Amino acid sequence: MSEVEGVVEGETIGVWGRMVQSDLWYSFTHSPLAMISALFALVFILACLFAGFVAPHDPFNLASVSLFDSLLPPAWQDGGNISYLLGTDDQGRDVFSTILYGGRISLLVGFLSVAFAAVLGIAVGLVAGYAGGITDAIFMRIADIQLSFPAILIALLIDGVFRGLLPRGLHDEVAVYVLVLSIGLSFWVQYARTVRSSVMIERTKEYVQAGQVIGLPPGTILFRHILPNVLGPVLVIATIQLALAIITEATLSFLGVGVPPTQPSLGTLIRIGNDYLFSGEWWITIFPGIALVLLVLSINLLGDWLRDALNPKLR
Amino acid sequence: MILFIAKRAAQAVLVMLVVALIAFALFRYVGDPINNMVGQDTTFEQRQELRQTLGLNDPFFVQFARFVGHAVQGDFGQSYQLRQPVSELIAQRFPATFELSMVSALMALVIGIPMGVYTALNRKSISSRLFMTLSLVGISLPTFLIGILLILFFGVILRWLPTFGRGEVVQIGWWSTGLLTKSGLESLIMPAITLAIFQMTLIVRLVRAEMLEVLRTDYVKFARARGLKPRTVNFTIALKNTLVPVMTIIGLQVGSIIAFAIITESVFQWPGMGLLFIQAIHQVDIPIMAAYLMLIALIFVIINLIVDILYVVVDPRLRVSGK
Repeated sequence: MSEVEGVVEGETIGVWGRMVQSDLWYSFTHSPLAMISALFALVFILACLFAGFVAPHDPFNLASVSLFDSLLPPAWQDGGNISYLLGTDDQGRDVFSTILYGGRISLLVGFLSVAFAAVLGIAVGLVAGYAGGITDAIFMRIADIQLSFPAILIALLIDGVFRGLLPRGLHDEVAVYVLVLSIGLSFWVQYARTVRSSVMIERTKEYVQAGQVIGLPPGTILFRHILPNVLGPVLVIATIQLALAIITEATLSFLGVGVPPTQPSLGTLIRIGNDYLFSGEWWITIFPGIALVLLVLSINLLGDWLRDALNPKLR
Repeated sequence: MILFIAKRAAQAVLVMLVVALIAFALFRYVGDPINNMVGQDTTFEQRQELRQTLGLNDPFFVQFARFVGHAVQGDFGQSYQLRQPVSELIAQRFPATFELSMVSALMALVIGIPMGVYTALNRKSISSRLFMTLSLVGISLPTFLIGILLILFFGVILRWLPTFGRGEVVQIGWWSTGLLTKSGLESLIMPAITLAIFQMTLIVRLVRAEMLEVLRTDYVKFARARGLKPRTVNFTIALKNTLVPVMTIIGLQVGSIIAFAIITESVFQWPGMGLLFIQAIHQVDIPIMAAYLMLIALIFVIINLIVDILYVVVDPRLRVSGK
């Protein structure tokens, strides 16, 4: 529908106009939950991205952090200080600011690992689905084996191996990339399986045969013609996996095998705060926890909406 | 049928060999095993001698075969850090993890299945919408955060339950159980709930989806048309057919419960295998990592095999196409 209208009204309509007229946009503007989630996720991501401007304090600038301000409760409690809205941690760092800076690391790891898993999984899926035969069998056996183990266990193991291979100091420096690699490598299977099955359906269609007949190389057919047609489900998986990747990163960091405390993510912050739970300083761990849950929940709700919106069977 | 099982069993052995290869590569090439076994003042000649006696100069496949041979007998060498045989360490820790996993799996099933059936049957009611939203919140709550929240409310604020360890345990042979003492049971409550919540949300959503699917089928419509009581239709016909695929997933979930036990055990300092494993990763204690990996793989492979066989037994259609 939207495509046709776009053509009829001429070129003035542009990309934005086509988006506004699309089914997806209609469904989005008629789902309050999806809009609230998207708004929250967007505000959170922007606040983290521009943490340097948004955060009231710079928690990692030692000159501005004072131990006299350590373990202050949130502003509305007795002894709270209005300049530290959500209180301070054991080193006198503002909890609200550390959440923003920590969220940045969490989001960075989440996005990078999902991108890595998606690229790897889509490539494997395309090749396996198009080539078939032995190639397909080998990749899918590997996928089967990996799928029978939970992702978190595989990520833990890969991280453990890197810990053994790299010298201690170096490991802390590259910890973020080790995490991306371990989470990415444990998440690629879903993409590969989904893309493979879609490619197997697309492969027999006429436009692919036409491409083969006019002598296009397989690479061109795969990436220019088949790929755009199988991306719908990939988008849904990517959204849901972004939430999973953020949880996995937080879990690994909480277990102490993720990013080092000098570059804390939300999971590391929760781990640090956990030590103070028993002495009553609950805010150090609870606020980063709430931030994490809200972020993940909003992404999950978006993923849920996207899956329903892209699935014509449910209309 | 027998052919099918044999094929699956062969596949299982293959998977175990691949995992053993990874575990062996870990053991052999991540760090130098000799450096981890001897002290600083051992001379180069002594090291070479030890290398020779341990057979580390043998060809790769000879070493790998030896590793598999030892592993089959349950021998994974000594822990680098704790200087105890790994098999002993794991045997000490296994009962704690097993009891925790079984109790929480039971909890997840007993609450999850009825809730899933209820939300499927009363799809439009407010309470089932509430359950579904709650289950999405449950999926978004990381396991460790559930544990922390429980500790905060029931351990720190209300002071009802112990927040770490297993409490008192009773030794029955080599098995130590916490299920027979009051403090053992009290200590079990929070870790078990923590571990169960994530599984429960998955089971609720899965049972609901399957049940909705089955309720739409022709045989259910036919049963209704025949005028059978809604009770009979829902519980005898629909539920029975729902449980076949659900059973498979639940079988696989048992495996992931063991994996998630790592997190729960870490939060509650529960002295199980998961805690041992996470400490081994911190200290790069390769023999423990390798042994844990092999054990988990074995559990997974066995569960997978049982589920596959059960599937064929339960679903007669597979017996025909399975050939």
